[in-house]
Amino acid sequence: MNVAIVDYGAGNVASVKRAVEVLGATACLARKPEELVAADLTIVPGVGHFRLPADRLDDGWRTAIRAHLERGRPLLGICLGMQWLFEASDEAPDSAGLGLIAGRCTRLPGHVKVPHVGWNTLDDRPAGSRLLAGLSPAASMYFCHTYAAPLGPTVVATTSHGHPFAAAVERGLVFGVQFHPEKSGDAGLKVLANVLSARRNESNDAR
Amino acid sequence: MLAKRMIACLDVRDGHVVKGVNFAGLRDVGDPAALAAGYAQAGIDEIVVLDVTATFESRTALIATIDRVARTIFVPLTVGGGVRSVDDAARLVDAGADKISVNSAALRDPSLITRLADRFGRQAVVVAIDARLRGDLQVDARLRGDLQVDARLRGPRYDVLSRSGTVIERSDAVAWAQEAEARGAGEILLTSMDRDGTKRGFDCELTASVSAAVGVPVIASGGGGTPEDFAAVLTTGLADAALAASIFHRGETSVGELKRYLADRGLPVRLESGVSC
Repeated sequence: MNVAIVDYGAGNVASVKRAVEVLGATACLARKPEELVAADLTIVPGVGHFRLPADRLDDGWRTAIRAHLERGRPLLGICLGMQWLFEASDEAPDSAGLGLIAGRCTRLPGHVKVPHVGWNTLDDRPAGSRLLAGLSPAASMYFCHTYAAPLGPTVVATTSHGHPFAAAVERGLVFGVQFHPEKSGDAGLKVLANVLSARRNESNDAR
Repeated sequence: MLAKRMIACLDVRDGHVVKGVNFAGLRDVGDPAALAAGYAQAGIDEIVVLDVTATFESRTALIATIDRVARTIFVPLTVGGGVRSVDDAARLVDAGADKISVNSAALRDPSLITRLADRFGRQAVVVAIDARLRGDLQVDARLRGDLQVDARLRGPRYDVLSRSGTVIERSDAVAWAQEAEARGAGEILLTSMDRDGTKRGFDCELTASVSAAVGVPVIASGGGGTPEDFAAVLTTGLADAALAASIFHRGETSVGELKRYLADRGLPVRLESGVSC
């Protein structure tokens, strides 16, 4: 199982790499779009400002990621990487997201402490999510963010901080989590394992 | 619901965890990675590693320590102690730190906070503040009622000291916390120098005054001895998280027991790993 972690200079790639390796996969940091060709799973991590992925992940990257999905291989966006899967964000109004999921990210409301830092619960979970399979109802994940993605039909968990936002999205092989699975202990590692097995299941279906 | 975080602090010197009382009398208590792993297993929400010597020689040892801790645990890791520049921080982030804590260097050059936030995002920048009740307020209890004394008591009450705890750098901890937030701090790690190492309880008044004045999370530190102390600082102290070292290191209170105590009192805490099968 080869995991490509897109390294566009937005921190925390090493943590994601360590977590994926603990699960028995091989991880490489992809610095060029061509490096996604051999990947069973592509992860877009990221902390920081929306303009970073929006500007650095140019058309070459966008084409490579879409081709990766067309090969039947899963994509996981983490935190800022998940927000980038949406169309846009108020954090950088002139920058475009990848647009795989409809909607625009907005800032968390001002009456609560921001950034939203810490462990929070996953609420409103529909049955049948591949991404969140095997998590107990009380599962909490580690969040660390100021902007958040909107609610919509692809949302498989919400979390509330001031107001409810998309904590996890799932659309076919496109997965996104606002929390940091690589920093959420055993529950987070389970989510990463679920995404890895989404790839395994796709391989079996193809056979 | 957002949980109140329990944070274990590992004061590290030359690759070993030490814990001082009032910043003196360092004593070796163990291997950082082993301690961190034990705490993560027990349900700690976050680990803070502070290099308490922060000498040039200790830098290399610290990088190796952070690398080992980050390979062992999958909960957030904050690292601080002697971070003077964006380059210092970058080396720690590369080694596995999720957040960087700055203290004395930010007091000397507050623009460092902004440069760190620009580079790593504000969620990665923790400004550590060591605060102490002003000396002239500590002895004045008998003088309440005196107009001049009362006027002083209504003003700023807490000095900010440099990490060594020897130099008063600012005359108002609340104002410094607000400035740190405005410059890009994502969290405030607030230590009461009066209580640190004493196990007399957190300084709830200090913590509440800072927490109410800023819009970012505040981590209370210094003095946590019993589960009651934690409950107090997370309620009346308005803290978003509480940090302790010695009570965890010495096994006086386990992380699990502490969290169950808080949960029984209706405080939101993370009680289980969250994996059901």
